[in-house]
Amino acid sequence: MSGLNLHAIRAIYLFELHRFQRTLMTGLLVPALTTTLYFVVFGSAIGSRMTEIDGIAYGAFIVPGLIMLSMFTESIFNASFGIYMPKYSGTIYELLSAPVSALETIIAYVGAAATKSMIVGLVILATAHLFVDLPIAHPVAMLLFMLVIAISFCLFGFILGIWAQSFEQLQVIPLLVVMPMTFLGGAFYSIHMLPEPWRTATMFNPVVYLISGFRWTFFGKGDVAMGVSVAFVSGMLVVCLAVIAWMFKTGYRLKK
Amino acid sequence: MTAILSLRGVTKQYASGHKALGSIDLDVEEGEIFALLGPNGAGKTTLISIICGIVRASGGTVLVAGHDIERDYRQTRSTIGLVPQELTTDQFERVIDTVKFSRGLFGKPRNDAHIEKVLRDLSLWDKRNAKLQELSGGMKRRVMIAKALAHEPRLLFLDEPTAGVDVELRRDMWALVRQLRESGATIILTTHYIEEAEDMADRVGVISGGELILVEDKATLMKKLGKKTLRITLNEALVTVPAELSDWSVTLEGDGMELEYVFDSQAERTGISGLLGRLGTLGIGYKDLNTKESSLEDIFVDLVHKPAARAERVA
Repeated sequence: MSGLNLHAIRAIYLFELHRFQRTLMTGLLVPALTTTLYFVVFGSAIGSRMTEIDGIAYGAFIVPGLIMLSMFTESIFNASFGIYMPKYSGTIYELLSAPVSALETIIAYVGAAATKSMIVGLVILATAHLFVDLPIAHPVAMLLFMLVIAISFCLFGFILGIWAQSFEQLQVIPLLVVMPMTFLGGAFYSIHMLPEPWRTATMFNPVVYLISGFRWTFFGKGDVAMGVSVAFVSGMLVVCLAVIAWMFKTGYRLKK
Repeated sequence: MTAILSLRGVTKQYASGHKALGSIDLDVEEGEIFALLGPNGAGKTTLISIICGIVRASGGTVLVAGHDIERDYRQTRSTIGLVPQELTTDQFERVIDTVKFSRGLFGKPRNDAHIEKVLRDLSLWDKRNAKLQELSGGMKRRVMIAKALAHEPRLLFLDEPTAGVDVELRRDMWALVRQLRESGATIILTTHYIEEAEDMADRVGVISGGELILVEDKATLMKKLGKKTLRITLNEALVTVPAELSDWSVTLEGDGMELEYVFDSQAERTGISGLLGRLGTLGIGYKDLNTKESSLEDIFVDLVHKPAARAERVA
């Protein structure tokens, strides 16, 4: 046998999509409902009293941040769960004893989780369209950005799933680290609105660069230069890939 | 015949410092049924897990069909099917989906005819659309066997296959194992029941404390295990064994109140009636008789604690 074990990639990928399909209702309704609630609260109730930010209506301004927020959490949750559950239930024996390489495992698990994240992101985008006028300046760049973000955070989730040894550990990073960073990363405001020293402090939050970059694909402008955002996303992708490669090489928390 | 499995100096020490395997050397021929016997915690599962790629060996080499399990893991793993000891299943999946999944995972193209055959052989065909969570423990065990057979392995590992399994499944399983062997597959099973090895295996390996202390043809081993002890409780204590009993190699135990006679229960003439007759003519009265079969546990104790006996058995 040479080349990739495509049968295995296909089997895992479909298995994971099937798992998502079982929870399709909650999987897609929840992000749609959450988006709607955000629009009612931030868009209509509060947004009507807000002035435009950088010439963009507040309702439209928060859309990229909302999509990012959901995609971050969905990606981490789905990818970490996908690999944690077999570890937890013991079915991982089959994966470990199968003629499947680390690369194939990652392509399949991360690919499936990223697929779902993309769907969730697009559902939110469609929901947002119902509420606000939303120009998309660079549609291709937007989709690419979404895709890279989905893959990066799914890789991160995958690492988390391998690292975690309990359900609590599985949830602690998304809830205690990623969520606050997203809220403080300019999802609902421009960082230029912050007074010092918060503005400078915010520049150390990597999420700022991700949301700013994604906002650029919609409105042609962001809080920071697009090049810096792209560098951050690429950097994250590389770091996650390196960590995963190390995990498989050493058998970290997978093999005894 | 060629060795489908070849172990040389395989050791395992866990990160905790626990030494699970000493240094294991073993060859298993293609087409045989090999039983790995040992008490709980002897290292049976660790050994299997190393061969299958679930646990990493600390040292030594493992060849499967001539391929190294580290370097040529694709060849070796697609050769192997594993039915683990623990019942672990994806609760929400359907039977047929999980079996098809296994085939794909092991790199084989879709083959509905083969999947159907495996499911039918295991009496699972009627349940193919049932979700795993709806199945009984015995049915789940069948599903795990089906998963292991989905990619047509040449070498099948059954780790404690009959733990918690009812009579019917045990019978079906052995029928299947024989059928697999006829198709040319090699089967390695672990058990701590000697009867199981007796029923099925061509050869038996005994593992204890992480050491493979004995590998032998079943027939030879059964002969050794077939020893029984006759204990005769006497009316009056003897000081020495009377010379007239020298034909039976009898020993005196329990302060002279008991005579012990070890015999081969499978031999045509056990010598018991002769011994009892001789006791009668000698006027040695006895009030109780009982026989005891040497259990596998005794053999382990014997093998582990008496290096001399061990050397003799291995030789």
